[in-house]
Amino acid sequence: MAELPNQQESLSLDTFVRGLWEENPVFVMLLGMCPVLAVTNTTVNAIAMGLATTFVLVCSSLLVSLLRNWIPKQVRIASYIVIIATFVTIVDYAIQAISLELYAALGAFIQLIVANCVILGRAEAYASKQRLHTTLINSLGMGAGFTLALLSLGTVREVLGSGTILGIPLFGADFQPWVVMILPPGGFFVLGAWLLLFNWLRLRKERRLQAAAAESAYAR
Amino acid sequence: MHAEPLSLIFLNAAVVNNFVLALFLGICPFLGVSAKKETAWNMGLATMFVMLVSSAAAYGINWVLGELQLEFLRLICYIAVIASAVQLVEMFVKRFSPALFRSLGIFLPLITTNCAILGLALFQTAKEYDFVQSLVYAVGAGTGFTLALMLMAGLREKLALARVPRVSEGAAMSLMLAGLLSLAFMGFAGLGGSHG
Repeated sequence: MAELPNQQESLSLDTFVRGLWEENPVFVMLLGMCPVLAVTNTTVNAIAMGLATTFVLVCSSLLVSLLRNWIPKQVRIASYIVIIATFVTIVDYAIQAISLELYAALGAFIQLIVANCVILGRAEAYASKQRLHTTLINSLGMGAGFTLALLSLGTVREVLGSGTILGIPLFGADFQPWVVMILPPGGFFVLGAWLLLFNWLRLRKERRLQAAAAESAYAR
Repeated sequence: MHAEPLSLIFLNAAVVNNFVLALFLGICPFLGVSAKKETAWNMGLATMFVMLVSSAAAYGINWVLGELQLEFLRLICYIAVIASAVQLVEMFVKRFSPALFRSLGIFLPLITTNCAILGLALFQTAKEYDFVQSLVYAVGAGTGFTLALMLMAGLREKLALARVPRVSEGAAMSLMLAGLLSLAFMGFAGLGGSHG
């Protein structure tokens, strides 16, 4: 994380976009992988998990930021965990009330949001040092980035593994679903494939920058 | 459910529903500390110890909360106990093996946010295991975690010597490897009880 300790960040568009792309919690920082792999076998699950995590992330970051001058340094991690666990309990009961079907599909992974390192990482590295409004925007960005990652895995796996998207069949009756994609190995494969794609994009950009630099040096 | 034999519980947790490769729990340390076999082994043992402690504690907490009808506090209590257990292990390791302490680095305190441990506590509650069953389940889960970590570390040690295309260096290759391992572990399906 680029920011210096104890330095207040001023609010800008970058505060939001960083979480979405440059510091995407899943694709770049490789945090919070467990729910990413486990609940992305359908698009609906992925969206629900993304929203639930975003809610917990935003609420707990706000509270941590509010209390940042009152929480003693020595017990900060424990305090953060308790704050996070409180909001997860709320989400757990809320989802149970909204849709039992969804609750069954996500299973223990709703409660396991507590153990999502993205949230604790945000609390420790950002919310405990920054003011309320930058924290709000930053955690919204991180949550959006996380949801985006879940969605990009969920859609690919559902399309390949069941031939549907959001439960609507895409291909004709002749489609032979690639079942392994909705089973555990598929999660690893699809995430690996996304990372390969991002690596390729990054390398290509580097090569282009180098070429441009060489060209300008030559022109001079 | 109560009639489930202990051997089956162990087998189920260790290979059939391997915590890492089938249930996706504890992926962060799985990818983070699986570069060397020795570190992987120690990490596995530390995790198994924390699993045992928190499994026993979770059983007690669940009983107390059930008596007091305070089940909604379950999650908060579990995570607090796990955090304390990790703190204990951390102090222990730091005191007796500073070298190991350094090699595990940030991943030692991060055992707290290892979802395998919280997952274990939640699953054993959901399955209504009694005390002995819970402990066997914890040992099985720990064994499975260590097994997955060791397999991965062995593969990655070999892979470090291989020439791979630049684009696939790092996490992408590890995930592909994990996918293959997971595919292999699917062969165990049907060996034990069916559902996680």
